[in-house]
Amino acid sequence: MEVGLLYSRIRPDEKLLLTELRERGHEVHKVDVREATFGLDAPPEPLGQCDVVLDRCMATSRSRYAGRFADHYDVPVVNSPETAKLCSDKVETTLALSEAGIPTPETTVAFTTESALEAIEAFGYPCVLKPVVGSWGRLMAKLESRSAAEAVLEHKETLGHYEHSVFYVQQFVDKPGRDLRVLTVDGEPVAAMSRSSDHWLTNAAAGAETESFELDSEVERLAREASEAVGGGLLGVDLMELGGEGGDEYTVHEVNHTVEFKALNAAVDVDVATTVIDWLEAKVADSEVGTDATPAEVQP
Amino acid sequence: MSEADCVTCGDSVALPEDAEVGEIVDCGSCGTELEVVGVDPAELAEAPDLAEDWGE
Repeated sequence: MEVGLLYSRIRPDEKLLLTELRERGHEVHKVDVREATFGLDAPPEPLGQCDVVLDRCMATSRSRYAGRFADHYDVPVVNSPETAKLCSDKVETTLALSEAGIPTPETTVAFTTESALEAIEAFGYPCVLKPVVGSWGRLMAKLESRSAAEAVLEHKETLGHYEHSVFYVQQFVDKPGRDLRVLTVDGEPVAAMSRSSDHWLTNAAAGAETESFELDSEVERLAREASEAVGGGLLGVDLMELGGEGGDEYTVHEVNHTVEFKALNAAVDVDVATTVIDWLEAKVADSEVGTDATPAEVQP
Repeated sequence: MSEADCVTCGDSVALPEDAEVGEIVDCGSCGTELEVVGVDPAELAEAPDLAEDWGE
């Protein structure tokens, strides 16, 4: 098959996918979205000749629009623009998870520093203030006091893009020094790992230690349901354990739509890229790409 | 293995056999993040700065 890969930076994750695709004899067309332009009538070549396009844009804005254009041209794209829209914005993700009945941290959104401070005070300290768009644990604030909250809110309002005046306030979940990442393909778990750190942020990108995690039925169920809630595809579902390590209750705090898996690949016995391309081949063969990616909240 | 000059310090930077256009390598001499913009011949440019919406 002919596979397009939308990118602006080739990370180790993209290299693993490219290697796997080429070794299987697929023709790969890398499309650098910094150079491509997207008009209304025809896709930029060679996008139009692709059987499927993988959106691997590292920049969320580019991912959102490039994927939407691929869909506009009727070129099947993984992940779907609907999924990208829901996953790339924390407010959208939280609403999708909540509407699907999936446990997710208690969250309040406010639009002014005054109302945000009220929301923060209502949660009590510590609580968490997150950017609505962002990744790798950046610009996350654990607020321990009113004075810290006032300072962070003022900085966000003064220095930030307008999105920083969408104040996403969340309960602080006292996780057991780790969170969990499950990589799924259309809800099917491929592999899972824990990410541990002494820091309250446990992102692998921030240096957390990763270890293979054996899925239990509850994590598997939540990963499947979280995937379905955002429309399926190739996803990284993040969960936290409630009640300590080994507890049987979880909360889903994030779903990533351009999921990185280098760290996961190193932590588990599964060859993630192989499994992902197996899935992609089957999906294209079944001509299902883009047709079953309806977010749960708009299903009849 | 091919080599290209670092655009910041001019030192020679070795690229992996399977280098891809769009991949990032670090200059071992000055530490600059470099983007592979050509593989045949090998060519490097300074990598873009981290943007706020980058991630997964």
